[in-house]
Amino acid sequence: MYDIIIIGAGIVGTMLARDLSKYQLSVAILDKENDVANETSMANSAIVHTGYDPEDNTLKAKLNVEGARMYEQLCKDLSCEYEKVGAFVAACGKQEEQHLDVLAERAKQRNIPYKIYTGEEARQLEPHLADGVTKVIDFYTTAIIYPWHVALAACEVAVNNGVELYLQHEVTSITKCKDSFIIHTTKGDFETRMVLNAAGVWADKIDAMVSHLHSFTMHPKKGEYFVFDKDADFMKHIVFPVPSEKGKGVLVVPTVYGNTLIGPNAEESEYDTGTSNAGLTFVKQSIAKTVKDVPWSKVIRTFAGLRPSSTSKDFIIAEAKDALGFVNIASIESPGLASSPAISQYVIQHFVTKKFVMIEKKDAIMTHQKPIVLSALTPEERNAKILENPKYGNIICRCETISEGEIVDCIHSTIGARSVKGVKKRVRPGMGRCQGGFCEPMVVSILARELNISPLEVVLDDEESKILFKENRS
Amino acid sequence: MKHYKAVVVGGGCAGLSAAITLKKQGMQDVVLLEKEPDLGGILNQCIHNGFGLLTFHEQLSGPSYAQKYIEQAKACNVEIKTQTTVISISQNKTIAYENPQEGYVVIDADVIILTVGCYERNRGAVQIDGTRCSGIFTAGQAQRYVNIDGYMPGNRVFILGSGDIGLIMARRMYLEGAEVLGVAEIMPYSNGLPRNIKQCLEDFHIPLYLSHTVTKVYGKHRLEAIDVCRVDENRQPIYEDVMRIPCDTLLLSIGLIPENHLAEEIGIHMDARTRGAIVDENFMTSIPGIFAAGNGLHVHDLADYAAKQGQKAAEGAIRYMQETIQSPMIHTIAGNGISYVLPQVIHTNCHSKVIDLYCRVKEPIENGNIIIRNGEKEIRRIYKDHLVPSEMEILSIASANIGENDICVEVEYA
Repeated sequence: MYDIIIIGAGIVGTMLARDLSKYQLSVAILDKENDVANETSMANSAIVHTGYDPEDNTLKAKLNVEGARMYEQLCKDLSCEYEKVGAFVAACGKQEEQHLDVLAERAKQRNIPYKIYTGEEARQLEPHLADGVTKVIDFYTTAIIYPWHVALAACEVAVNNGVELYLQHEVTSITKCKDSFIIHTTKGDFETRMVLNAAGVWADKIDAMVSHLHSFTMHPKKGEYFVFDKDADFMKHIVFPVPSEKGKGVLVVPTVYGNTLIGPNAEESEYDTGTSNAGLTFVKQSIAKTVKDVPWSKVIRTFAGLRPSSTSKDFIIAEAKDALGFVNIASIESPGLASSPAISQYVIQHFVTKKFVMIEKKDAIMTHQKPIVLSALTPEERNAKILENPKYGNIICRCETISEGEIVDCIHSTIGARSVKGVKKRVRPGMGRCQGGFCEPMVVSILARELNISPLEVVLDDEESKILFKENRS
Repeated sequence: MKHYKAVVVGGGCAGLSAAITLKKQGMQDVVLLEKEPDLGGILNQCIHNGFGLLTFHEQLSGPSYAQKYIEQAKACNVEIKTQTTVISISQNKTIAYENPQEGYVVIDADVIILTVGCYERNRGAVQIDGTRCSGIFTAGQAQRYVNIDGYMPGNRVFILGSGDIGLIMARRMYLEGAEVLGVAEIMPYSNGLPRNIKQCLEDFHIPLYLSHTVTKVYGKHRLEAIDVCRVDENRQPIYEDVMRIPCDTLLLSIGLIPENHLAEEIGIHMDARTRGAIVDENFMTSIPGIFAAGNGLHVHDLADYAAKQGQKAAEGAIRYMQETIQSPMIHTIAGNGISYVLPQVIHTNCHSKVIDLYCRVKEPIENGNIIIRNGEKEIRRIYKDHLVPSEMEILSIASANIGENDICVEVEYA
């Protein structure tokens, strides 16, 4: 019997797992995927919004502002990338400028710092800003992160502190007992006193396994993006259009590893993460309003992610009325990433502490040690590492300069990579301009060697995404 | 810091040939850096025949062809470091490299020759809609799985792009027992060598769909099907004219791009058309003392030409070390029907008597003249009954013909 089971190892589930791992509680986290942070937390804009956007008196506003303020320290504790690049909200013309005033007023009330520029001043700072931009608010404390590194590090902290992680455990049904729940998964049953439903786009399905109220329905909204090569390097800031009913609009955002993203559109979608010509064309057309001279020839990849949008405009963080001990943490769409540390605190404060006596463990370690990143070392440090382990001297990914040693490390870390994509998420081979053309076969053979399996068993992503079929005839 | 006279980056046929030339001409302190454990570059996975006809007058497989150069390099004592990746180079011609034995090392050199090869255009460059399932490979990647690692990456295979690697992989997959369902080519003509169309597709009854492209892939885990659409004259898909083809593997043979991040990082001037460095008739880049050749400079059709270019770059490097070449430069211009001309610049008092111009036509032409002009003056006219973009044309001009005007190469119908 567990005290708490978290369903979903995305950014919300992993934040909860880490925070709960501090206490003397038995906690497990279940996910249907082959890796942590493999759906919404993997495919998004990777921005820590400051909290100027959500409307007053919403959970979104409260938790976004609080979460954003926790992030810098969080990323320090987890040894994750965090870069305050600042976000321009760019208005074109008088009508949109009025909306900037609304944002500025909200920001003032929420103590979010900002600066205001004329179009000309802003173009001095960001030459690719479109000529039609007349006024800009710079929310200069807006930051960019690597979301799955944060989720992964948080989850590793949790696991190191005793939380049990069960990947590839898809929840199929839940039986409500007198004082507990039995969660049935594709790989066995789990009994628990409390369930935290952080299942992202699948949250309504999980809710319906327990509750008869159907208090919300998920309507995932797909967002598609272009990824630009590092050498495109054309924007220093995040640039948003003025937000509308449909959301924050198509934006451009630099990433912590020097790429640039442009996207997303917002298309209601039935759990489909495929890219589409219509979606990407819309992105291309929309960005022209705020950004000019986009180097489209430098696109190295496109991708799509699903927003866990629902019938509710606000985050849903509530216990099911007909199933006490079952807490939905649902509809965590943007600014969910920024809010997630505060969401976790909120859930613990309002639900977990009401059910359990919270006693802190003596030996919990809440920080995460940074894996060795060769390219971040000085030549002397680099040499010392290679002397220690020659695999650090064998470069596998030439685009991103990733060594065999780093790949081996990530396979053997607390939550080791089990797929080519898992390796890519952790240490980035295949993220560059050749998109794994050269390094993928080598990553496959390293995975096979380190996991002691045949290359035929190595997968790209989930269990069924095999790469190789059989040995050659010859 | 260890000093070398010359550092060659990349041990494919161009790099090997450059290093051999430097040593044969008596240069000491030459080192060749190769990132793979073996020399030979991409030739090692090209186990098909057809290499070396021009240079060795026989048909060799890629590895055998490479072996000829490797033996020569060893015979003339080229210092070779394998499993050695160059991390960066500088304008002052320092080179930082890394390998398991020595760690991270910085050396410097009088000359650097970049023979770095190319990488394959991939899905990101062509925007194929749909999921990110497994089963989508670049043709060269699949070639490595089959020919080096010994594994088949698929059973039912479709190929996008009729470049040479795609054609050769169609045959290779067929011979290994896969069902090869077809090859789609977005252009109204193939970009592969005619002999490969015959020997790799026609001989195995593999259909070639000209003016078609792959617009979408389906599959949650592994590829399950693709949409193949006809394209209009502007190469835009006609979405109504579509075939849904069930398959588990899609190979992309959609072009090669010279791999130039080392050169770009130090501001070497690049040619947007070739995607390689801008070079002069000695194959020197915009940074004096740094040279480029082979597929890292521009994509070649035949390995023999890439190797030959390595040799020429080495000769250029030797010349650079012996004398200062200081004279005005003229440009070469890709005129009507020509996609690029290389070298992009030529010194007016250049050393050699004859200069080779490398170029490709933009589209196939039957019965055409290639005309080379110096300003208004025609200096050479070459009749060709058959010109295709997949074949590189090498045109020699006498350096006596170089004046103050730019040299323009163009084609016209005869």
